[in-house]
Amino acid sequence: MGKVKVGVYSFTCCEGCTIVFVEMLNKKFDEYVKKIDFVDFRALKPSKDIGNTDIAFVEGAISTYDQIDRLKEIRKKTKKLVAMGAAAMAGYPSDHRNRFDAAKLKEIMPIVKKLNQVDKVMPLKEYVKVDDEIPGCPIQEEVLIKKIDSYLKNA
Amino acid sequence: MHSFDLDLNDISKIEGHTNMSVKVRDDKVTECHLEISEGKRFFKQAITGMSYDLVPSTMSRICGTCSAAHALCSVEAIENAYDVRVTKQTKILKNLLMNGGHLRDHAMHLYFFCLPDVFKKESVFDFKGELHKWVHDGLDVKDAGTFLSTVIGGRAVHPPFLAVGGFTSFPSKTMMKEAIAKLNQVRGKILDLAEVFYNYRVDFKRKTNYVALFNKDYNYVDGFIKTADGSVISEDRYADYLDRVVLPYSTADAFTWKGEDFVVGAVSRLNLNRDSLHKKTKKDCAKYLAKFPSDSVFDNNLAQAIECVQAVDNSVEYLEWLLKNIKKEKLAKVVPRDGIGVGVVEAPRGTLYYKLEMLKDGTVKKPELCIPTQQNIFHIEKDIAKYVEELLKKKANKEGISLKVEEMIRAYDPCMSCATHFLKIKWI
Repeated sequence: MGKVKVGVYSFTCCEGCTIVFVEMLNKKFDEYVKKIDFVDFRALKPSKDIGNTDIAFVEGAISTYDQIDRLKEIRKKTKKLVAMGAAAMAGYPSDHRNRFDAAKLKEIMPIVKKLNQVDKVMPLKEYVKVDDEIPGCPIQEEVLIKKIDSYLKNA
Repeated sequence: MHSFDLDLNDISKIEGHTNMSVKVRDDKVTECHLEISEGKRFFKQAITGMSYDLVPSTMSRICGTCSAAHALCSVEAIENAYDVRVTKQTKILKNLLMNGGHLRDHAMHLYFFCLPDVFKKESVFDFKGELHKWVHDGLDVKDAGTFLSTVIGGRAVHPPFLAVGGFTSFPSKTMMKEAIAKLNQVRGKILDLAEVFYNYRVDFKRKTNYVALFNKDYNYVDGFIKTADGSVISEDRYADYLDRVVLPYSTADAFTWKGEDFVVGAVSRLNLNRDSLHKKTKKDCAKYLAKFPSDSVFDNNLAQAIECVQAVDNSVEYLEWLLKNIKKEKLAKVVPRDGIGVGVVEAPRGTLYYKLEMLKDGTVKKPELCIPTQQNIFHIEKDIAKYVEELLKKKANKEGISLKVEEMIRAYDPCMSCATHFLKIKWI
């Protein structure tokens, strides 16, 4: 059996879930490198274009038009898309701007427009089909390991 | 004579995406811009009007990598604004939380981002055979840092136990003993790492100003702000020296210190405050410390390795104190009033400033932040311009230049995902 192809991707967020992912490897590195080919993982290796994957772990909310395109490409190239953490699942906390009052909106909207950001910060499921979710801000290491192990078992 | 444009795309993790562009005309760098261009999340607006007790956990979400530094810096600013006095135990717990963060973060940067450059490999996944030791050393050192942060803060990312006025939960003696054991286990491995960076020489120097917190025990939380030009100022006066500069090509602002570019981070801390290192660190790192003061950002890597040893020695001493003295303390009483508070901490990548104007009703009226990356922008630009011209004089080819420039940017330790390869070169 070949290795399972995994990608780890990041959108608008603090990238704390990627850190939990990397810290999880403190315990699981040897085991997982035998079973997993990390196709895309910018925290650990040079990033190229989005590769074909069996599982894509995606953290972060969607806040720009460019990100919508990139997310759709990840979706197209993966068999299973997993939303990792509160930003990917629910838009938290970057979606605080969706609830700003008129005065604050007046202050930020010129920047939002200038940067080609979308009017509302949204979770992944607003734009693509999400196959599974791992909750938390950040996600919990034990839950992540359980999920990965179950994906590997069924791969 | 060479003319070309270097475009470094997709540097994220510095509040979103960042690009770097270098224009070379006839072997001279005519333009060198670090453009922070998108991904704004508007945290300053989000906490305006927010109750003080919610601020630390909100601001920690600015950056998972530096979450403890952001949470703690906002706590310091609020405590100063409301004149909250904390106990010795709280101060020690704050320092331990920072030590854990620095240890994990530096280890990630040194083992996983920089060692591949040293060993001429693409990534740690290519560390096979005798190089495999470094993967395991890196994982073990990170694990010790993460464990320490978890024991003290409840979690390594977004520590829930830290609050305005103290901590809401306290480590058990069993956990603290385990932390001491883990720290002692990795100390020798960190010294091996320091030896690698000591021997890895990169030929580059540029004499500039550096800025860092200065104190008697090399802590990352209290002290005065010191500069290479000899100024020593109190934390609350930082705004007299730091000037915000709006960059026409970027949406993030940069900063100057008295109108000039300057650098913050581990190299600056060691340049200015190395006499205050733990005595065990000074003894075992004497050879490495002889390299400082250094005018090369590449020595930031060696500086971080020394700081990992410091984090171990300082933390073990603090944990041993806590084993004898720790008690469950209530949070210090907070009495909101109108006032301005400044918080200054040394985050892993440099001095972080929070200035919070607070109100009597317990809410934030006006926040100001100055993050290390913003302070280093001009310094990065000027270093790269000089380095590219020197490399051209040495007849470096385009691949060589791109790799070297990447390595220089990496030495500044910009946040996580930008530390991998992202250069695209366009030769005209």
